[in-house]
Amino acid sequence: MNRLTAGALVAYAATAGAAMAQTEVTMWYHGAGNEVESNILNGIVEDFNAAQSDWTVVVESFPQQSYNDSVVAAALAGNLPCILDVDGPIMPNWAWSGYMQPLNIDESLIEDFLPGTLGMWDGELYSVGLWDAAVALYARESTLEELDLRRPTLEEPWTGEEFMAALEAAKASGNYDYALDLGMNDQGEWYPYAFLPFLWSHGGSLVDRESYTTAEGALNGEAGLEFGEWWASLFEEGYAPGTSEDPADQQTGFIDGSFAFQWNGNWRAVATMEEVDDVIFLPAPDFGAGNYIGGGSWQFGISESCPTPEGANAFIEHALQDEYLAAFSDGIGLIPSTPSAAQMTENYAEGGPLAVFFDLSDEQAQLRPVTPGYVVQSKVFTKALADIANGADPADTLDAAVDEIDSDIEANQGYGHE
Amino acid sequence: MAAISPDNRGLRLFVRYLVLVLVALIFVLPLLFMVMSSLKPDQQLLADTSSFRAFLPVGDVGLTNYVEAFERAPVRLFVFNSVLVTGVTVALSLAVCSLAAFSFVFLQWRGRELVLSIILATLIVPFETIAIPLLLIVSKLPWIGLDGIEWTWLNTYRVQIIPWIADGLTVFLFVQYFKDLPGELVEASRVEGASWFQIYWRVILPLSGPVVATAAILKFLVMYNQYLWPLIVVQQEQYRPVMVGLQYFFQLNVAWGEVMAYLTLITLPVLAFYLVLQRAFIASIASTGVKG
Repeated sequence: MNRLTAGALVAYAATAGAAMAQTEVTMWYHGAGNEVESNILNGIVEDFNAAQSDWTVVVESFPQQSYNDSVVAAALAGNLPCILDVDGPIMPNWAWSGYMQPLNIDESLIEDFLPGTLGMWDGELYSVGLWDAAVALYARESTLEELDLRRPTLEEPWTGEEFMAALEAAKASGNYDYALDLGMNDQGEWYPYAFLPFLWSHGGSLVDRESYTTAEGALNGEAGLEFGEWWASLFEEGYAPGTSEDPADQQTGFIDGSFAFQWNGNWRAVATMEEVDDVIFLPAPDFGAGNYIGGGSWQFGISESCPTPEGANAFIEHALQDEYLAAFSDGIGLIPSTPSAAQMTENYAEGGPLAVFFDLSDEQAQLRPVTPGYVVQSKVFTKALADIANGADPADTLDAAVDEIDSDIEANQGYGHE
Repeated sequence: MAAISPDNRGLRLFVRYLVLVLVALIFVLPLLFMVMSSLKPDQQLLADTSSFRAFLPVGDVGLTNYVEAFERAPVRLFVFNSVLVTGVTVALSLAVCSLAAFSFVFLQWRGRELVLSIILATLIVPFETIAIPLLLIVSKLPWIGLDGIEWTWLNTYRVQIIPWIADGLTVFLFVQYFKDLPGELVEASRVEGASWFQIYWRVILPLSGPVVATAAILKFLVMYNQYLWPLIVVQQEQYRPVMVGLQYFFQLNVAWGEVMAYLTLITLPVLAFYLVLQRAFIASIASTGVKG
């Protein structure tokens, strides 16, 4: 055997040995069908696998729409992967159900993270996100001028009266099909994510946030009822299209000028800016109890059955680097989790076209109810709001929603809340 | 105005065809909308939905959505998986269910009425009610294959095929059809010394074209449209069927043109299968009164 061959064999053996020493860590992700998102994640995984010799992360991607169902089925079948991707408000349910275990990562890495990106349950960190999302009131500068409206700011948002006056002015102008588009055709998680902030701003809540054991008085109390009647008025007065809104109108109505204002997420901001020169993103109005938007997006966590949590924690720590947060933000338009990562992005750096969303997320975001019961409560809330929009009595509808939520909490022995 | 009378054959024909055309349009227009929309960019597609232009190949038409659909998802793999799972299940189902029906109709054995009743009773049990118990079973079920013993059926083709082979509806269709065949054929064959399997294979099956076509088409549709079952038993892309694959196209910003292109592509195998068997299918409906 000549020296060259022997050298090659030694090198091969060393490489193969290193490869064999790596333990496989499985990971599920919700980005199937989103090439940009998948490429960024695959890049992070490749970097991690190359940067150390203990673990090899292997990703399986799922379509987002059916991801949660796949995870729940796999949990029943005892077939969960090590690293899980989890939507923020769902996490408490999965943690409570025993699907997940707390993270064990260096806390200094998440000191600067936006509050909405940290998934806490029962006093422990179960998940952490590389980005957050935010909602804003889309408007045109020219619309504000035309209707002679003050431009609201984070420090001085519109009051409820100012907001309704703006809708009335838009309606009275006769220039728009509707004053406000709420995206009513999307009756999924959009309803609680986008509309719970209006309830909070009226002083109500989906469930009592002190005890999480009842919705009585929180959803159907005085504030809740005030919210319900305000919500009904949006449709009775013809300010906003109802649940039968055409998806095509929802996608193009603000851009083509059919709607004066649109309540929409930052994921539509770039596409809208390309079409509307003078689009501006305004903070949520304050109906008396503060102005809020929803927080909490997709996050990484670890399954309870993961045989190699050290490897899973190591990968999550690796993924929390600013360069990856910025890459995701540039790729899919969402808000990076840290101010330093925001400065590395095209849109969220100081003076950037979407920088306002970072501030909105930082200052206005409130998490949806942090309880395992949220998965049921969100659906009850969605149905109640759709019913009221379709003409149901707000008081009766909210009372019925409270009964349904309380029955579910009782049937699940309080979901672990004392 | 002319009255519609037996003598006025032309007007009657006109009215008949008018009604038929209108009914046909109800079924054809959604397909036409799908195909035409698949050729248009999203902005035009959405703008056209409010007019009859949605059904016409007008404006900026092209195949871009198809190219992008293939880039977004492994369309060929999903179609292959669905055709494979569907084809194998349909073939096995026809064999198993027709044999079962043959046994119920032509063989005399104690308890056959009871067993048939139990099988037919499964028709009223929705699949959703047994999905989770079935999942728990197949997740721990052993399988002896070329690679030795495996201790789960999850993430395989077999888990999408085997639980669907036998079903009450297909057995029922064959039983009903076999009952209408002349019993003398079987008696004569027995007198001639044919075995039961020979009678099934050489006498009964050759006369069963219409019911085979009907059962095949109904089973094909059920299998090709599978969503819930593969969603919960398949966690690897390499085994996913077309309906789960459809979810790849529903992101935060839905690309409707690509959705329509994907739907057009996955509809083609169904149309092809139906066109091949339609004559026998219609004959079966006419002869057995089966409503598809």
